[in-house]
Amino acid sequence: MTYIQGETGNWEVVIGLEVHAQIISKAKLFSGAATDFGSDPNSQVSFVDAAFPGMLPVINAFCVEQAVRTGLGLKAEINLVSVFDRKNYFYADLPQGYQISQFQQPVVGRGQLVLDLPDGSSRTVGITRLHLEQDAGKSIHDQHPTKTFIDLNRSGVALMEIVSEPDLRSAEEAGAYLRKLRSILRYLGTCDGNMEEGSMRCDCNVSVRRPGGELGTRCEIKNVNSIRFVQAAIDFEARRQIEVLEEGGTIVQETRLWDTTRLVTRSMRSKEEAHDYRYFPDPDLLPLELDPAWVEEIRRALPELPDEKKARFMADFKLSAYDANVLVNEKAKADYFEAVANGRDAKMAANWVTGELFGALNKAGREIEDSPVSAADLGALLDLIGDNTISGRIAKEVFEEMFATGAKPGDIVEKKGLRQVTDTGAIESAIDAVLAANADKVEEFRSGKDKLFGFFVGQTMKATQGKANPALVNEILTRKLKG
Amino acid sequence: MSALTRMTMAEALKGLAAREFTAVELTEAHVRAVEAARPLNAFITETPDKALEMARASDARRARGEAGPMDGLPIAVKDLFCTRDVLTTAASHILDGFHPQYESSVTTNLWRDGAVMLGKVNLDEFAMGSANITSYYGDVVNPWSPGDAGAWERRLVPGGSSGGSAAAVAARCALGATGTDTGGSIRQPAAFAGIVGIKPTYGRCSRWGIVAFASSLDQAGPMTRTVRDSAIMLRSMAGFDPKDSTSVDMPVPDFEAALTGDVRGLRVGIPREYRVDGMPAEIEAMWQRGVEWLKAAGAEPVEISLPHTKYALPAYYIVAPAEASSNLARYDGVRYGLRVEGGNLKEMYENTRGAGFGKEVRRRILIGTYVLSAGYYDAYYLKAQKVRTRIKQDFDAAFTRCDVILTPTAPSGAFAIGEKMDDPIQMYLNDVFTVPVNLAGLPGMSLPAGLGADGLPLGLQLIGRPFDEETLFRVGGVLEEAAQFTATPPFMA
Amino acid sequence: MSLDKAAVARIAHLARIKVPDEELDHLAGELSRILDFVEQLGEVDTADVAPMASVAAQKLRRRPDEVTDGGYPEAVLKNGPETAEGYFAVPKVVE
Repeated sequence: MTYIQGETGNWEVVIGLEVHAQIISKAKLFSGAATDFGSDPNSQVSFVDAAFPGMLPVINAFCVEQAVRTGLGLKAEINLVSVFDRKNYFYADLPQGYQISQFQQPVVGRGQLVLDLPDGSSRTVGITRLHLEQDAGKSIHDQHPTKTFIDLNRSGVALMEIVSEPDLRSAEEAGAYLRKLRSILRYLGTCDGNMEEGSMRCDCNVSVRRPGGELGTRCEIKNVNSIRFVQAAIDFEARRQIEVLEEGGTIVQETRLWDTTRLVTRSMRSKEEAHDYRYFPDPDLLPLELDPAWVEEIRRALPELPDEKKARFMADFKLSAYDANVLVNEKAKADYFEAVANGRDAKMAANWVTGELFGALNKAGREIEDSPVSAADLGALLDLIGDNTISGRIAKEVFEEMFATGAKPGDIVEKKGLRQVTDTGAIESAIDAVLAANADKVEEFRSGKDKLFGFFVGQTMKATQGKANPALVNEILTRKLKG
Repeated sequence: MSALTRMTMAEALKGLAAREFTAVELTEAHVRAVEAARPLNAFITETPDKALEMARASDARRARGEAGPMDGLPIAVKDLFCTRDVLTTAASHILDGFHPQYESSVTTNLWRDGAVMLGKVNLDEFAMGSANITSYYGDVVNPWSPGDAGAWERRLVPGGSSGGSAAAVAARCALGATGTDTGGSIRQPAAFAGIVGIKPTYGRCSRWGIVAFASSLDQAGPMTRTVRDSAIMLRSMAGFDPKDSTSVDMPVPDFEAALTGDVRGLRVGIPREYRVDGMPAEIEAMWQRGVEWLKAAGAEPVEISLPHTKYALPAYYIVAPAEASSNLARYDGVRYGLRVEGGNLKEMYENTRGAGFGKEVRRRILIGTYVLSAGYYDAYYLKAQKVRTRIKQDFDAAFTRCDVILTPTAPSGAFAIGEKMDDPIQMYLNDVFTVPVNLAGLPGMSLPAGLGADGLPLGLQLIGRPFDEETLFRVGGVLEEAAQFTATPPFMA
Repeated sequence: MSLDKAAVARIAHLARIKVPDEELDHLAGELSRILDFVEQLGEVDTADVAPMASVAAQKLRRRPDEVTDGGYPEAVLKNGPETAEGYFAVPKVVE
């Protein structure tokens, strides 16, 4: 357990996350307006989304399917009957004066998510529920000195609210949870997980307590829009609460805002009042009933998800949990790795992908999707090592060239004459020259200074510009020095 | 006065088909009638130019041989239906200046079939009321008044909420009008004005584009002077609409074809719980006459029980305000209608909604807000929805013993403007016979059965099985024939 | 059930309707009478009765995921009491 050291002893932070994930769909949850990001204000708004009199909701079949798919991906119960409720409150960007959401009977019930921790271990976190709901519009506060502007383009876009149990115990775990959830959503193709564009937002429920003690009063930090900020907000909030408690104060249950410039949480003025949402079933809709056969169909068509992929990589390719984690967290990375590893030495493939490739991508600030080195080319490079065309050391040089120019490994090897020397005669004469030039060292070696073997290898490789086959060099050197 | 405004829809269709008059002539006569009927305050917006333009288009269609089932018939539209580019108010201050950029599905269907719009008629604000005395645009006056025919006094309410529709049709300014019925808002004013009105089965007419009052109860329907006209008009209004999740995908029958005049062997349920305390003897007598007429025509009366009838009103006065409190949250001064500025957003909301809603609407929003609020939901809303299930079960059981149910439409005839105003409960009790039908989602029809002692029309109600409006038309046709209701109101345009 | 003036003020605030102070007492009386009237539902035995979900005996229809609506900002903004630069405008909100 990770505890926070306070003035008066240890504290444990208890975190539950509510993630709002925008469903990937062409049209909105209850209207036929488009969902594209970044369009002109109010251009993707139907009369339904703007809540004109007499407008009625009709549900988008694909959004339901996406929610079910996500539920299945989270190993959750799918509720064959669920109900849409109205959550009533007034806000300028909530045109209906209520949000259509699911309160008592969500479409997805209990599930779970496996956290992959940095030390390679894992821990299961409970998912309380997943429900479908409408997004609100957007309030823009900074374009006019005395006015707030309202853009309803987002109004009515389908969201999945995914609620975790209060099972998380540190900001790092919260980060791991979000990364894992995002990974699963992307594998499933149900949410793009893009927090910068707001298609994944997180509300953090944070409280602190004495280790193992009663749960403390929680504060909710609304709408945090990056994993880094989630972690920073939780850390700040936990320390704030500890400070209050240690000074003899009490925590007031409230909604707080993460201030991205001052890096603090602060009480939200617009949410000061206690809420009474007056939930009741939306009479414009009927209960949502799912056909169990249809749910099964979606289950059967689920892609392999990160946990299964990780297990398979560990079993089939004998990868470590750590390597497997690194490879499966993004589907594109895992696919890339598999393309390289298939029919080749998997451990070597993993080392090359996670080491050379990811390192180079990271340095260049590029994503796997636009890697200049294709999986086929990296595979070809490993083949050149495998059949002794080049050594591992030369291969790194070739890789750099491939990454910089996009050229094929075979072409680079030929053009630069990097082909490994496997001609024993050539190696032998190079060794002879090295031994002759270093007769004193040969003496020292023979009188017991074994360490000098490496020196002779180095000299020989230098003489052959690194192209000599290292195994042959070893073998011939051994014979000649001992002989 | 013109003979053209005295016809039924069926007669007008014949006349148009026989080229006895044109749609423009028919419409011009009605436009003049609308003007002449201004003392009734039935219209909020008159659209004579639009009416004539539509009539000209109708004549052109007829000339091409493309006339629709309602082609050239001038009608009035309750101002709860959104009409493109035509002021739509719901009789509320809060919708000041609202010009929808869309057309309700029901009116779209009517225009598709050739009907002509005379204008938008008055109603209780947001359809909340039983007397048409809550409109921001003023009270509607019933074209009937007590005493000898011929001497009209500005005295009686037309019923509500579709009071403008009822007054316009009864006063011969329109051949028919659209209404909406949440707890009796078509049937009760139809009874008070001596006309026919039908609330179809929930899901029969699309709610898309109708300003919502209580979503699980609201249903549009026609108000006309004869049963046949209601059959003609409902056929045009009804139909599956993919834009309304509660619209039911069922074919629309030819309701006129159901007017066979044959009710032999039909079992007519007479619910004993509808004999309520204090019901005037003449209502009781009229009801009994209705039973006798059907018996004479070969139908078989059966006594039935609807044990939860007395709980319908209290359940209704939880469910309807609860839904309304949420449906009316969108009137916030941000996107359309009235805005009353304030120092901040919250003040703007409170000022706008404080000034924009009338007292009855405010009362219902507050009741609805309260019954849904934390700690009260189970005791009120959930309980009411359970009672509603009980009421539905009552009807299900009754319909195993009968094919149609006959009741009075309202426990009284039209009352005076100003009466029952101080006590909301007294006003609500007017809907005691109509509300159960909405709670159970059934079709119900009111038709004039005769005049009371004070010379005012009284209505009988028929209640049918879900989606069995045809039986209502069949039985309604027989009752209409037997009743020979030929009386006309003292005020006619 | 009887509502007092403070309760009515609280509900009015929840419903965002400004009610003049002098009307609160009268309104409290009216609302209390309505609540008394609906109180009789307590007499109905509703054990084992499901609340009515919908009177329409049908399943929730789903529409295909196609863009069929929107793209008319002028029509959306046309009735706006105050608009600017393609937006609706309201008094500034401080979060």
